[in-house]
Amino acid sequence: MVRVDGKGTGALVEIRSLDKKYRRGGEEIDVLRGLNLDVDQGEFIAFMGPSGSGKTTLLNLMGGLDVPTAGTIRVAGDEIGALSGRRLAAWRARHIGFIFQMYNLIPVLTAFQNVQLPLLLTGLSKSERGDHVEAALDLVGLADRRHHYPRQLSGGQEQRVAIARAIVADPTILLCDEPTGDLDRASGDEILDIISRLSREFKKTIFLVTHDPVAAERAGTLLHLDKGTLLECAADGRFACTPEDRAR
Amino acid sequence: MKFLHLVIVNLRRKKTRTALTIGSFTVALFLFGILATIKSALGSGVDVAGADRLVVRNRVSLIQPLPIAYRDQILRLPHVEEATFATWFGGYYQDMKNFFPNFAIDVPNWRRVYPEYKFSDEEWRAFAEDREGCVISPPLAKRFGWKIGDRIPLEATIWTGTWELNVRAIYETDRRELTSPELWFHYEYLDERRSFWKGFVGWYTVKIDDPASAVAAAAAIDDRFANSPYETKTETEKAFAAGFANQIGNIRLLILSIGSVVFFTLLLVTGNAMASAVRERTGELAVLKTIGMNDPTVLSLVMAEAIAVAAVGGGAGLVLAKLFTLRGDPTGGMLANFYLSPRNLALGFALALAAGAAAGILPALGAMRLRIVDALRRV
Repeated sequence: MVRVDGKGTGALVEIRSLDKKYRRGGEEIDVLRGLNLDVDQGEFIAFMGPSGSGKTTLLNLMGGLDVPTAGTIRVAGDEIGALSGRRLAAWRARHIGFIFQMYNLIPVLTAFQNVQLPLLLTGLSKSERGDHVEAALDLVGLADRRHHYPRQLSGGQEQRVAIARAIVADPTILLCDEPTGDLDRASGDEILDIISRLSREFKKTIFLVTHDPVAAERAGTLLHLDKGTLLECAADGRFACTPEDRAR
Repeated sequence: MKFLHLVIVNLRRKKTRTALTIGSFTVALFLFGILATIKSALGSGVDVAGADRLVVRNRVSLIQPLPIAYRDQILRLPHVEEATFATWFGGYYQDMKNFFPNFAIDVPNWRRVYPEYKFSDEEWRAFAEDREGCVISPPLAKRFGWKIGDRIPLEATIWTGTWELNVRAIYETDRRELTSPELWFHYEYLDERRSFWKGFVGWYTVKIDDPASAVAAAAAIDDRFANSPYETKTETEKAFAAGFANQIGNIRLLILSIGSVVFFTLLLVTGNAMASAVRERTGELAVLKTIGMNDPTVLSLVMAEAIAVAAVGGGAGLVLAKLFTLRGDPTGGMLANFYLSPRNLALGFALALAAGAAAGILPALGAMRLRIVDALRRV
């Protein structure tokens, strides 16, 4: 279930009256304005909207990478704004998996070592870490490339390694920021297949930011952002908007 | 330890830069090792000085002599238990480059004042009974392959001619700082053959009853010979040795100055290298933070890189310095106790680590304070 009226209860992700302002050259820019969102576990949400509409900012706020100007974000019962420093880092390690447009792999580490990075922050033994990494690489179809460095992989393969890294610690939420933006259609489709599978088979809660309508079609719910506001609700009636929401 | 691999691969990422940074530590710590060794060698006399011994020399200068008759007068003064004397001979073996310290000593009284040098009674007796006999230290025996019974010629520099001596004893000591390459022979032999300064000695060493009496005893000695043609200056053996070492300048200040400049340069070089390394990896550091690495861990990773460079480079420099010092005194006797001690090795290594930490702290703090969203925007 996805709601944008701010009246949901007990959802995995609860966002209330979220504002984000940036100051640039003495000018204050409203990136997000009074955004409400409730998302249950297992939902696959796509955010679309023009550049500067606040999609990536929303993702960053949900992942605890940035701090809201006002409002609250609650994920799995934790209010992110109340966390700071070590606790926020630990929370991210436990709950969030990030997939970036530019993969952001560490070039001097092999695929195996890149995927293993999040597990180094856990108490798992070396053999346990190895098992988890093998499973994650197997899931993205790169078990045979575990000893390859990023420069030895294609863009699509690099992104698959990045997905393996994002899921290896079994996070609560996957945040994908234009994961196919730097790939050709075929490679992009492979990535979307994997992400869809994570939603369908593993019931992962996924937030996907994209400019690509084809990619957005994979999501169960499509939300449009413009000028920091969720524009409207989907036509299938799965979520309820207030008149004020519609009036925006 | 989990992140050790990450530290290592990061250091190997820009091999030339890492090698040059390590090299700068190697050169700096090699230099430190040599300077520390020189300082120790010049000050080794200070370290071995007895607390209950005074040195009496001519008030004008160390190279001006004192009458041999002073010994009996000194012995009558309060707090004085024993007195002996020595005279610098300044000879060399075959060639000037083979120079080493050599003295003519007061054989009958020497052992009572310097008990730290050990001999078998048999060897000492052989030395005492042979007017042309001499005692050598183990390093000197090793340097020229001399053994007991050898007859060795010394070329005089202050006086003239070749002076032949018989090796009668090799002293032993368990104190490494006492084992400088040196030679002692009979004062009587010197006084008999030399053409001037007959009946004069270089300096006296006086054993007193209590180190606490040093000031009173020194004052008594100097008062006794005040207004005489050969006024004295008496000081503790430690002060005498320090003054002797400082004749060629303030070594400590010199070494500190050179060391400070080298370490400051090292800080700049390493700090710049680490800052570049962190700047190049801004995006990667942001990713590490994104996956949940906390700020102290990021700080530690960068610090570990800087300290690893310092440890490898500094360690290599100290090993090279140690190997260099193992070849012995490069000056042929001016730096008799040319030895890089474990204490100086440890001090050098600690300094290297401190320099690494100091060089890494600013880049590490920068990495720690990195805002993820800003850094990712730059990728």
